[in-house]
Amino acid sequence: MIIARILGTVVSSQKDERLLGKKLLIVRPINVDGSDTTGYVVAVDTVGAGFHERVLVVAGSSARLAQGLKDVPVDAAIVGVIDTVDVPA
Amino acid sequence: MQLARVIGTVVATVKNESLVGRTLLVVQTLNKDLEPIGKPSVAVDSVGAGVGELVFWCRGKEASFPFKREDTPTDCTIIGIVDSDAHVTC
Repeated sequence: MIIARILGTVVSSQKDERLLGKKLLIVRPINVDGSDTTGYVVAVDTVGAGFHERVLVVAGSSARLAQGLKDVPVDAAIVGVIDTVDVPA
Repeated sequence: MQLARVIGTVVATVKNESLVGRTLLVVQTLNKDLEPIGKPSVAVDSVGAGVGELVFWCRGKEASFPFKREDTPTDCTIIGIVDSDAHVTC
């Protein structure tokens, strides 16, 4: 799983019907110290995350295992809102 | 599967219901000489590992197999603790 920050939203009216009602967010992977990396991922939100929050993103077929995403065609899902990341020096 | 060092913890109160009760740890992947390679990632713990321990982890869908496999959304899971650094020989 990766840590990411929410950058924005995606609106899609025409999509697979199993994605109806699912919120799509643009997230950028970040380092454990909070600094940005490059690139982005479009992920389905399962927890009600908001703009700029740090979140946990699970990728690949495991994303479908999140509650509410059974048989949904996704390969990236937001499964947690991060409170703290503690990495002792 | 790869070797990794547990270097930290992650706390997430709001999470997908299928992850409730799971421990989240920050792991740094290591090469065969136990030197860090790549960036740290977040793994779900299935064996009770702690910060500083040498572990091995698996990624992909198989990462959910230690748990109720159709229910746990994880692509990175710690599946074993190495007895000590000296127990890695090659």
